[in-house]
Amino acid sequence: MKGLKRLLGGEAEPPSGAIARERLRLVLAHDRTSISPALLETLKDEIIAVISKHVAIDANDVRVTFSQTARESRLVADIPLLNPRKRPASSE
Amino acid sequence: MTARVITITSGKGGVGKTTVTANLGVALALHRQRVVVIDADVGLRNLDVMLGLENRIVYDLVDVIEGRCRLRQAMVRDKRLPELFLLPAAQTRDKSAVQPADMVHICNELREQHDFILIDSPAGIEQGFRYAAAPADAILVVTNPEIAAVRDADRVIGLLEAEERGPIRLIINRLRPELVRRGEMLSVADVVELLAIELIGVIPEDKEIISAANRGEPLAFSKDSSQAGTAFHDIARRLLGEHVPFTPLREPGVLQRLFGFARSGGDQT
Repeated sequence: MKGLKRLLGGEAEPPSGAIARERLRLVLAHDRTSISPALLETLKDEIIAVISKHVAIDANDVRVTFSQTARESRLVADIPLLNPRKRPASSE
Repeated sequence: MTARVITITSGKGGVGKTTVTANLGVALALHRQRVVVIDADVGLRNLDVMLGLENRIVYDLVDVIEGRCRLRQAMVRDKRLPELFLLPAAQTRDKSAVQPADMVHICNELREQHDFILIDSPAGIEQGFRYAAAPADAILVVTNPEIAAVRDADRVIGLLEAEERGPIRLIINRLRPELVRRGEMLSVADVVELLAIELIGVIPEDKEIISAANRGEPLAFSKDSSQAGTAFHDIARRLLGEHVPFTPLREPGVLQRLFGFARSGGDQT
């Protein structure tokens, strides 16, 4: 998607060093935890199922990702709550 | 005084473990340290040829382990540097001939009379890597600024950290500053950030390394003649506890790029 944006924005492709860095970031995160992208998807689906039972959430916008600090990997779930009383910003 | 045992390893093959071991051995010996370099790559021995000592081998590591000779008989003294010894690997055996406990015993026997024992680990994460790491007080992980080498280095670091070995330090070998500047190679900062271990040295790609290997005379013998030679001496000094700042590497000059001979021409001081 990033590549598409760059294409539309007319920006040049990033240099290969930066591509290597980003690819490695993901590969190492998976290597270190032995959590495959497929397992990550499963986790996401089950997290959505469990939380939806109790709270209204925006299932389409749930993100389950890795975060890296030094040699520690953590699983980060970003789960937007649906707020039924929320009004559009323009009406404020 | 008892020796520090340092294992040089990498995961991936061909990143320069043996070159690093040979040059660090020479650099440390030039700093008046009593050094033994051990070739732990049983079946694929190469440290002997890198050091130019291949014609002087009588016994090897496996002969010592299986009791065919005493440890001292297998050690080859470098005539150029009397403080430097090589314990060669066996060439006609395989890694199953060595157990982790064997390496621990050998190193313990050497600790008394030496300052540094450098072990050149085989590539991979199997038995050879295991026995090479077994006696280590510290580990140097060698990598190249290249995707497969960094990934394998990370794997090795993970295994070593799980076993809670001593400090693990990173050596980035074969860096090409001109590619990094153009963004076409992982930078030192990238690799350090990805692997998240402390850096102890950066060695630039240097064609002199090839001629040094051809001759069996590691670059570290002539300290200031090349950037790579200087880089090895910087690592040796850091191992000795000196604070040596990391200086940015020079790119090959325009003239050097145009005329390959310019480098050797610049060394005549």
